[in-house]
Order: sequence, then C-alpha cells, then structure tokens
Amino acid sequence: MEPAHGTADPFERAPCGYVVTDGEGVIVRANAEFLRMVEVTAAEIVSVRTLASFVSVAGRILLETHLFPMLEHSRVIREIDLDLVTAGGRRVPVLFNAGLASPGGDRSVLAVFVEARDRHRYEEDLRHAKRTADHAREEAAALAETLQQTLIPPAPPHIPGLDIAAAYRPAGAGREVGGDFYDVFQVSASAWIVALGDVSGKGVSAATVTSLVRYTVRSFAIDHPDPADLLGRVDAVLSANDTRHYCTLVVARLERHGDGWELALSLAGQPAALLRSSGGEVSELGVFGTPVGLVEHPRFTTVRHRLRAGSSVTLFTDGVTEGRGADGMYGDERLHDLVRDLPADVQAVTDGIARAVLEFQNGDASDDIAIVTFAPQP
Amino acid sequence: MNLAPRLNVAMHGPAEARPIVFVHGFGCGQLMWRHVAPAFAEDHRVVLLDLPGAGDSDLSLYRPERYTGLEAYRDDLVALLEELDLTDAVFVGHSVSAMIGVLVANAAPGRVGALVLVAPSARYLDDEGYLGGFSERDIEELLGLMERNHLGWQDPLAGLVAGAAPAEVKLELEDSFCRTRPDIAAQFAAVTFRGDNRADLVDVRVPTLIVQSSDDAVAPMSAGAFIRDQIPDSIFTVIETHGHCPHLSAPVETVAALREFLDRR
Repeated sequence: MEPAHGTADPFERAPCGYVVTDGEGVIVRANAEFLRMVEVTAAEIVSVRTLASFVSVAGRILLETHLFPMLEHSRVIREIDLDLVTAGGRRVPVLFNAGLASPGGDRSVLAVFVEARDRHRYEEDLRHAKRTADHAREEAAALAETLQQTLIPPAPPHIPGLDIAAAYRPAGAGREVGGDFYDVFQVSASAWIVALGDVSGKGVSAATVTSLVRYTVRSFAIDHPDPADLLGRVDAVLSANDTRHYCTLVVARLERHGDGWELALSLAGQPAALLRSSGGEVSELGVFGTPVGLVEHPRFTTVRHRLRAGSSVTLFTDGVTEGRGADGMYGDERLHDLVRDLPADVQAVTDGIARAVLEFQNGDASDDIAIVTFAPQP
Repeated sequence: MNLAPRLNVAMHGPAEARPIVFVHGFGCGQLMWRHVAPAFAEDHRVVLLDLPGAGDSDLSLYRPERYTGLEAYRDDLVALLEELDLTDAVFVGHSVSAMIGVLVANAAPGRVGALVLVAPSARYLDDEGYLGGFSERDIEELLGLMERNHLGWQDPLAGLVAGAAPAEVKLELEDSFCRTRPDIAAQFAAVTFRGDNRADLVDVRVPTLIVQSSDDAVAPMSAGAFIRDQIPDSIFTVIETHGHCPHLSAPVETVAALREFLDRR
C-alpha cells in the first residue's frame, strides 16, 4: 500500500544522499539521492559494493586510516569533505556525516552525503588565497632579512693602528627592516669615519631612509671633515626629502697623527659616546644635538679628543640604555658600571654590552641594538 | 633525554614478562590497539606509545627537518627500547610502523626478538613489476584532502588565548582521538606513502608474522605477498575482513593470529 502523503518513506525521499552499510562496510541500502549522485541503480550496488569503493583512492586512505577509526571510537564523524566518484568516473565533492547505527556491537553505519560543489569551489579559492598569502609573507620576511643585511656591513674594515668591533641585534624576531645601522669607511689616507644611527619607525619606508642617510653621510664626508658640518648637510638632505622619518646619528671622524689618533665627534639625537680610560674610568663624550630631519633649526656641536693608548670609545644606539627588563630600563648607570668592569678589548666590550642588554630583557630585545667600539692599538 | 614520557609510553602487565611493543601507524595513536593489547597484559609486558607528532606525544619533540624519513622514527624507537632496557621484544607495527619495525629489528637485533607486521606495505606507489596500489597523483590528492579536513584540529593555544575554561580544554583533549596537527599529519603522510623499504626486508633475521586483511585498499594483498616472499620463513596470515585496520574490524581474529604465532616458539 502507498504510504500517506507527507509520511512517504523519509529515507527514500531525503534531500541528501543516505546510505546504510553492514558491519563490514558493504552497502545494504541507498536512497534515490545517493543513487543519483553516483549515477548507479540500487541493483548494481546493494550487497555488492562497499561505501569506500565510491570514494577516490586518496579518500579511501583517509577513510581507512582516520575516519573509520574515529567513527569506531567516537561513534560519529561530522563535516568530512570528500569526493565521491561516479560510475562514469566523475568527481562529486560532498560533505559527509556518519554514525554507528546501533549502540551494540554491530558496526553497521548510517552515512549522509550533501553535494557541495559551490562551497567546494569557494573553499578552494580561500585555500588558494591562503597559500598565496603564506608564500608572500615568507617572501617578505626573506626580503626584509636580506635588506637588513645590506644596511649593516658584515664586519668593520681593517684599519691600521686602530682596533674596531661592532655588533648589531635586531629587535624581537628580527623580521622587520629599518631601525639601527652603522658604517665604517675611509675618507683620506689617514682618516676614517665611524657613523652609527637609528631611523625612526620600521618597515620599508624606514629602510629607504636608512639607505639615504648612509649614502648621504658617505658622499658628504670627504668634503666636510667637521662632523657637525657633515650632520648639517645630512639634516638638509633629509629635511628636503619628503619623509616622515627622522634619524638619530653620531658621526666620529678619526684622524691618524703620528702614532696617535685625533677624534672629532658630533651627536644628532644620539646618546653620548662612552670613553673608557686606560685606568677603567668611564665618562661621556659629546654634546647633545638635535636629530637630523626633525627640527627647523638643528644644532650640532663637534667635540675633539686625543685618544690615548689603552683607552676606548663606544658608540651605541638607545636600544642599549632603553632596553626594558623586570627592573625597568637598563639605563646609563648600569651601562657605565658594565663597561668599567669589562675586559679592555674592543670585541669584549662590544659583545659584553650586547649580551648584558639582551639578558636584561630575557633575550627578547624590544628595540634594535647597534654598538661600535674602537681603540688605538698600543 | 627521557623519551618515554614524551612518547606518552604506557606499560601494563608483569615487569619481568616478555615485552610486546604495539606501535600505531599513519593516523591516530596508541588507542588503535585498545581491542588487542589488553589480551596480552596477563603474560606479557605490554608497551604502548604514540609516535613523535602523533596522539598525545610531546609535540615540542617534533621538528619537521628531522622527521623526513622513517629512519628518524627508527632511531627514536631504538633509543626508547634502550632507555626501557627491553630485550627480545615482540614488535607489533601497524601499517607504516610495520616498516619502522623492520628497520628497528635490523638496527637493534638484540632488542627485537620477533616482528608482527599488521597490514604492511613496503612501498605504496606502483613500480615496474610491483603493485603498491597508488600513483603519485593519488598521494598528491591525499595531501590535498588532508588540507581540506583538519578533523577537528584546533591549536590548543588558540583556545587558551580565547579564555576557554579548563573543563572545556579537558573535554577537547578527551575527544582528541585521531587528531593530529595538520602540518605534522601532512608530512607523516608524505613520508609514509612515498617511502620505499623493499630493500630492507631481506635483512630481517627474526621470526616474522604478517597479518593481512583480505580486502585492504591501502595495503593490498599484493603488497603483503611481496613482503612474505622477501622475508625468509615469515608466516602469512590472512584475516577475512574489510579495511586497513584488522585490529579494529576483527580484533578477536587478530589476537588469535598473534597468539598462535607467539606460541609457536
């Protein structure tokens, strides 16, 4: 007898593919929607085919190694994204839920399939976009690292009669470009420039300013032997450049006289240099100046000092003294005490400062750190 | 380094009895043995573990640059056998861990006294004169499918950041059967299905049982028969069941096959 309207076999008329398997996974019942999806008749599959045989080869691996064990353990699996394969070999993307039919030992399964062509296309687009974004992010990180490498000279050059050491530690994971830089180069047969600075901000626009400052310092250094003059030129160039970034900078000019070195030094928003005497006393060197590219009437002052044997000078960016740890900022006092107690060797002083500041911040520097130390050779 | 806790090792049965080590395959963890392992706890020292990156192993142990081949898993398991000081152990490996078992037995002959290979395949890809059952395209598709199905995986840290109550986190963990971090699962799949251990079989010197499922799409009869022909004096037992996990679909028959093999000696 035909069932009454509205109560006609809900299994058969369900608007989703509906399949029942026995404990071995062989199909014992399949409704009209499922037969339509996979383009077969009931007679062709009931008691003949397993459910797994309607899934792609790859899908079968996932079924056998993950989904069936999960089903067996949790009694239900939900929202599985698979491809059914029709009798003609066509793929039908589906979402599929399955549950064990009875609470007892029988492992027969109820499975429901919903065709998901549009959703699948949409998700494929999302996955593609995510992969592209991941790739772009990796590229950008690699580019940032490369750019940063080009802004920092790998090691200071060899200067006859002068020991020099430098250290650079990027903030955090070091994935962001910009920030601190240093440079050491020759300007005459007997003179060298040591420049160290910090461009405000981060990212690509800061990096281009870093580059601009560095090459401006290089190009004006030969004709402007006075560091304060040189800073004035750099300030003019940076002010004329349409950038929101400014730069703190310290320029030291070292000129060899006989067996000693004359130091001329000017500050632009940078902390004063640290002078460590042969006896170990630490004092500050330099007169405060305005950062370059920031104010309308910049002010730079050159101080001169004759470097004695056994003494050394350290330039550093504010990432050193403003490094934050559990006890607040690292600060000038800690730095002075540290430099006084470190071995009198440019490498030991430079590395010692970098290590102490990193340790103070538990290894996670909040800002870039750049340090250069030089000392006349005995 | 203490490996046992990091591989979530669980031990049952008398400490002085012969050790039997159950190692799960690709997918899920030691819970896969829950219908089989207890049957041996009376007269064996049963050792269960989760492979690096799987189940409830310590995920910080998993470094992708290390686990690029089965050798890394072999080295970990040899180290574990040494740490637990197990000798003459029965190594029961399912699926890819059957081949890990072969490598462990060959590398540490004193530690492994017998091998049980459940649904093994020495190579999944078809090759000239060899039927593994899969093409490279199938494997590509599998990796794509795994990307589409994270099987409920969510970064547990994400839940903590969102402020999930401890009870919810616990619930999450209890229901974590077969969940694997997607990047680890994808790498393990690639290592498993692109591996080729056919040349390692002839070096096996310990008594070996091969448990073959009669209808297994992942490790077909041809794959099991190949291993039987390569390992001298191996015993080949076919269990009438569908699927790749006879220890789940036919646990009674699987236990019986193991018992018969172990009693032989």
